[in-house]
Amino acid sequence: MKELLKYLKKYKLESILGPLFKLLEASFELVVPLVMAKVIDVGIKSQDLPYILKMGGLLVLLGIIGLICSITAQYFAAKAAAGFGTDLRNDLFAHINKLSYREIDTIGTATLITRMTSDANQIQSGINMFLRLFLRSPFVVFGAMIMAFTINFKAALIFVFTIPILSVVIFGIMYFSMPLYKKVQKQLDQVLLTSRENLLGVRVIRAFNRENDEIKRFDAENSLFVKFQIYVGRISALMNPLTYVIINIAIIILINTGAGKVEQGIISQGQVVALVNYMSQILVELVKLANLIITISKALACANRVSSVFHKEPGIVETVHMDVKEKSNEAMVSFHSMNFTYEGAKAPALRDISFQVKKGETIGIIGGTGSGKTTLVNLIPRFYDVSTGSLSVGGTDVKEYPLGQLRELVGMIPQKSVLFKGSLRENMQWGKKDATDEEIYKALTIAQARAFVEEKGEGLDFIIQAGGKNLSGGQRQRLTIARALVKNPQILIMDDSASALDFATDARLRMAVKEGTRDMTSFIVSQRAATIKNADKIAVLDDGTMAGFGSHKELLQSCEVYREICLSQLSEKEAQ
Amino acid sequence: MAINKHSSTIKRVMGCIGRYKWGVSASLFCALLTVLLTLYIPVLIGQAIDCIVGIGDVNFQAMWVILKQMGIVILLTSVSQWLMSHINNWITYRVVKDIRTQAFNKLEVLPLKYIDSHSHGDIISRIIADIDQFSDGLLMGFTQLFTGVLTIIGTLIFMFYINPTIAVVVVVVTPVSLFVASFIAKKTYYLFQMQSKTRGELTSLVEEMMGNQKVVQAFGHEKEAQHKFENINEELRIWALKATFFSSITNPSTRFVNSLVYACVGISGAFAAINGLLTIGQLTSFLNYANQYTKPFNEISGVITELQNALASAARVFELIDEESQIPDNPNAAVLMDATGEIHLNSVDFSYNPEVTLIQDMNLLVKPGQRVAIVGPTGCGKSTVINLLMRFYDVDAGSIEVDGMDIRHLTRESLRASYGMVLQETWLKSGTIRENIAYGKSDASEEEMILAAKEAHAHSFIERMPNGYDTVITEDGGNLSQGQKQLLCIARVMLCLPPMLILDEATSSIDTRTEVKIQKAFAKMMEGRTSFIVAHRLSTIREADVILVMKDGHIIEQGTHETLLSQDGFYAQLYNSQFAVS
Repeated sequence: MKELLKYLKKYKLESILGPLFKLLEASFELVVPLVMAKVIDVGIKSQDLPYILKMGGLLVLLGIIGLICSITAQYFAAKAAAGFGTDLRNDLFAHINKLSYREIDTIGTATLITRMTSDANQIQSGINMFLRLFLRSPFVVFGAMIMAFTINFKAALIFVFTIPILSVVIFGIMYFSMPLYKKVQKQLDQVLLTSRENLLGVRVIRAFNRENDEIKRFDAENSLFVKFQIYVGRISALMNPLTYVIINIAIIILINTGAGKVEQGIISQGQVVALVNYMSQILVELVKLANLIITISKALACANRVSSVFHKEPGIVETVHMDVKEKSNEAMVSFHSMNFTYEGAKAPALRDISFQVKKGETIGIIGGTGSGKTTLVNLIPRFYDVSTGSLSVGGTDVKEYPLGQLRELVGMIPQKSVLFKGSLRENMQWGKKDATDEEIYKALTIAQARAFVEEKGEGLDFIIQAGGKNLSGGQRQRLTIARALVKNPQILIMDDSASALDFATDARLRMAVKEGTRDMTSFIVSQRAATIKNADKIAVLDDGTMAGFGSHKELLQSCEVYREICLSQLSEKEAQ
Repeated sequence: MAINKHSSTIKRVMGCIGRYKWGVSASLFCALLTVLLTLYIPVLIGQAIDCIVGIGDVNFQAMWVILKQMGIVILLTSVSQWLMSHINNWITYRVVKDIRTQAFNKLEVLPLKYIDSHSHGDIISRIIADIDQFSDGLLMGFTQLFTGVLTIIGTLIFMFYINPTIAVVVVVVTPVSLFVASFIAKKTYYLFQMQSKTRGELTSLVEEMMGNQKVVQAFGHEKEAQHKFENINEELRIWALKATFFSSITNPSTRFVNSLVYACVGISGAFAAINGLLTIGQLTSFLNYANQYTKPFNEISGVITELQNALASAARVFELIDEESQIPDNPNAAVLMDATGEIHLNSVDFSYNPEVTLIQDMNLLVKPGQRVAIVGPTGCGKSTVINLLMRFYDVDAGSIEVDGMDIRHLTRESLRASYGMVLQETWLKSGTIRENIAYGKSDASEEEMILAAKEAHAHSFIERMPNGYDTVITEDGGNLSQGQKQLLCIARVMLCLPPMLILDEATSSIDTRTEVKIQKAFAKMMEGRTSFIVAHRLSTIREADVILVMKDGHIIEQGTHETLLSQDGFYAQLYNSQFAVS
C-alpha cells in the first residue's frame, strides 16, 4: 500500500493545498450562524436597519469566498487524483509487461485486466474524494462544537455528548450492514450462475426433462437472496429514525439549557438560535463522513490488490546484457536431462527430456493433450525457466542470452491465433519493425494467405478488428504463421497452429514452409499424425516423458505409443 | 410511441405492485405522517425560541409545554419513518422476486429458437442486471419520490402560513440553484462522454495486450505497447481532470445559491421582525425551511432519472416474459413407452429463417437398431437434424414419426426420455460428479451409478480425483479436461440407456488416446439401439448402416460407405480430401 503513496508525492502541492482550501471554506461556513445571531441580537433588537443590511452583505461575501475556496480545492483534488491514476496505470502496465509466463499464469489475465482498469479507477476516485472531504467533514463537526464553546461552556457540553453517540450509531450501523451487503451480492452471483447454467445447458436440461427441478432450484436461490435483502434492509432502516431522534433530543436539551442561561443573562436569544443551527450541521457532515469512509475503504482494498501485483517480481530476469556470438558447429537446440515443474504443481510437467536438433531440421512433436507438448516448446524462447537440467540454443544456455536476442531468434506461432486491432501491415510488422511490403507478401505467400488477402481488395491496408473478428479461424491461423515468417527467425515453432486448416491446405502449407525456409529449424506440434509424419525427427511425448525420438519409420517399429496414435488416425496402409 | 410504451410499462408495474395494495397504502400513509411531523418541528423550535426573549424574560412554563410536544412529535416521526422504510423494503423485494421468478420460469419454456438466436449475455442481463436496476429504482421511488413532493408542498404551505412575503422570496430565488445544477450537468455531459470513451479505448487496449501478453512477449513488442498505452493514458488524464473538476463545481455552486437564499431570508425576515410582522422564533423556522427547501428538488431530479432507467429495465424484462412460449403439449398427447426405435421422416421441410430454405423434402426411414451416420462440411445442417429429432424445433411441413406416431402427438417429456444425447458441447452442471452422472435418473443406486461410469471409461479418472465421486465440478467444468467432460456426459446417458441415441462425435481438442476410450464407450452404448451419429471418424462412418451426406441443408447422398464411394459423388470427394493422405 505504502508504495502507492509515492505517486501522490509528485502532486505534493496539490495534495496539501486542496484540503487546505476546503478547510477555509468550512471555516467560513461556521461563521454564518454567528452572523445570524448578531442580526437577531443587535439588528432586530435595536431596530438598526443599516446594521442588518451590513450583516446581510457579510453573509453574501462569506458565500462568495466560500465558493472561490471550494472551487480552488476541487481543482487541486481533481488534478492530483487524475495525475495519480495516470502515473499508476503507466507503471502498472510497464510492470506487467516485465512479468514472465509463470507469474501471468498464477495471477491470471482476467485479474490483471481488472487491476489495470476498474481497480485503478476506484483508487483514483477514492483519492479525489479523500482530498476533498477528509479534512472538511471532521472539521465542520468539531468546529461546530468549538464554536459552541465560544458561546457557552455548559451548552457546548451537550455537543460533547451528542457527537460520540451519533458516531457510534452511524458507524455501528454501517459496520454491521457492510459485510451483509457483500453477502447479498454473493447470493446474487449465485442467482446469476443458475440462470447462466440454464441457458448454456438448455438442450441437456430439456433432453433430461429437468425443467421443473431447475425452477425449484432457482426459486430456492432467489428466495434466499430476497431473505438476505430484507434482512440488510431492516438494519439500514434504523439509521434515519435513530439519528433523527438523537439530534432532536439534543436540540430540546439545548433549548432548555439555553433558556436558563438567557434568563440569567449569560447568553442572548440569538445565540440560542446559533447553537441550534450548529447542532443541525453536525448530522449532515457525519453522514457524509461515513460515506467517505466507505469509499476510502473500497479504494484501499483496490490499492492493496494493485500493490500485490507490484509485489510480484518478474521470475525471469536477464543476467547477461551482451549479445551472444553465434557458434557454428553446435546443435541448434539441445535439451539435456531437463525437468520442468509448473508453479504450484505437485508433479513435473516434463521429466528427463534429452534430445538434440541440428540446424535446418524439422522436428515433429506429438502426444495426447496434457502430455507437455506446448510446455516443451515454450521453454525454448525462455518463457519459462527449466527446473533442472539444461537447455541451450546454438550451443549457449538460454539463461546466458539477453532476452531480446533470444526471442529475436525464435518465431512463435501460438495455439490460439491472436491478431491485434490495426492494419494487416501493422500486424505483420510485429515480427520485424521495418518489414517492407515485399517481405510481407513473401511471408503471406508461404503461409498460404496471399490469395485471401488479395481478395479483400485493400491488401495490406485491410483493417483487422479487435481479436481478428472479421476473419475466419483458418484465415487467422495463416496470418499468425505469416507474422512469424516475416521475422525470418532461425527457429520456427508451430504450436498446433494448423488445426483449423483442412488437410489439403495444411499439406500445402507444410510443403511451402519447408521450401521457403531452408535454413530454418522448425518445430511442429500437432495431434495429427499426418501433419508430423514427414518431419526429419519426431519427439513422442507421453504424460511428460519422452516415449520416443526418431523418424516416422523408426518410431513405427520401436515406439508403442506412436504406433497406437498413428493407427487410430490412419489406416494400416496410410501409416506405412 | 415511446410515451405509449412507457405508460403501458407503468401500468404493468402498477399491476405487479397492486398485489400488495395494503402495504402500499400503509407506506403512503406513513410518508404523509413523516413529512407533516418533520415539517412541524421547525415551527415548534421557533415557538420555543420565542419563549426565550431576554434576561428575566423567559416563559419557562410555555416553553416546557412546547418542548414536551416536540418530544412526542420526534418519537412519532421516527416510528413512522422506520415503519415506512420497512414496508418499502418488503414491497420492493417481493415485487422484484415475483418478476424474477416469472422471468426464470419463462426461460424454461422458451422455444430453443429464441434462445439460439439471442445472445446469452443479453438474456442474463435481463434476468439479473435489469431486474436489479428496476429494484433500485422502485425502492428509491417509493422512499423518495412521494416524500419529496410532499415535503415541497408542505414547506410551501408552512412558509406561506407564517409569512407570505418572505415565502415569495424563497420561491423566487431557489430555482436559481436548480438552474445552476442542470446547467453544469449539461456542460459536463460531453466531458464525461469523452472520459468514458477514452477509458473504453484504454480498456480495450489493455484487454488486447494483457489478454495476449504471451504473444506480446514472444514478439518483443513491450516497448511499442507501452508507448501506445501511455499516449491514450495521457489523453485520459486530461479528460478525467476536466470531467472531475467541472462536475465537482456543482456542489459549491448550489451551496452558494443556498447561502444567497439564506441571506435574503435573513435580511427580509429581520426587516419584517422590526416591523412586528414576524417573531424571532418564526424567523428561525424560516431559516430552517430555507436550508431544507432545495434538498427535495435535487432528490426528485435524481429519482426521476433513476425511475426512467428502472422503467426501461422493466420494459426489457417484460419483453422477455412476454416472449411466446413453446407450443404446449397437446392435452391428448400420448406417452411414448419402450420405443422400438423406428423413425420415419416424411417430406420434412425446415428452415430457421423463412427467407433461407434449409431442409426441403427430407425423407428417411430408420429401422430399429440401425446406425445412421451424418457427414458433411461444417454448417451443412447436421445439428439441425438433431434439433428436429429431439423436437427442440418443430418441422415447418411434413412429419417425423417414432414407432408410427407423429412426435407432435407425443408428450415432449416421453419423447425426450426415449433419446440419449451426447453433444459436442459438453455441458455439466455445477455440482458433484455424482449429481452429474445421475442427472437423468436421480433415484439411481450407487452401484448403478458406478457401473455407468465404468462402462463410460470414466471410473478410473474419477477415482483419481481428490474426492472421487463427490468432487465438485466448478462452473463450466474448469477442473476437468475436455475429454473427461465428454466421458462424464457419456456416463450420464449410460445410466439411463434409452432406446434411441443421438451422438455428436468428439472434437479435435480431444487427444487420440482419450478418443479411443470414447469410441469404445460409444460402441458399447450403441449395441442394439437406433443411433444417429454426427460422424467425424472414418471407422464410425464405415460401420454405419446408413450414411447421410449433407450439404447446405440437403441430404444429397444416402447409402453405405461402399455404395457411396462407387457413386464417386460428393461423398467420395469429401472422403478423399479429408481422410486419404497425400
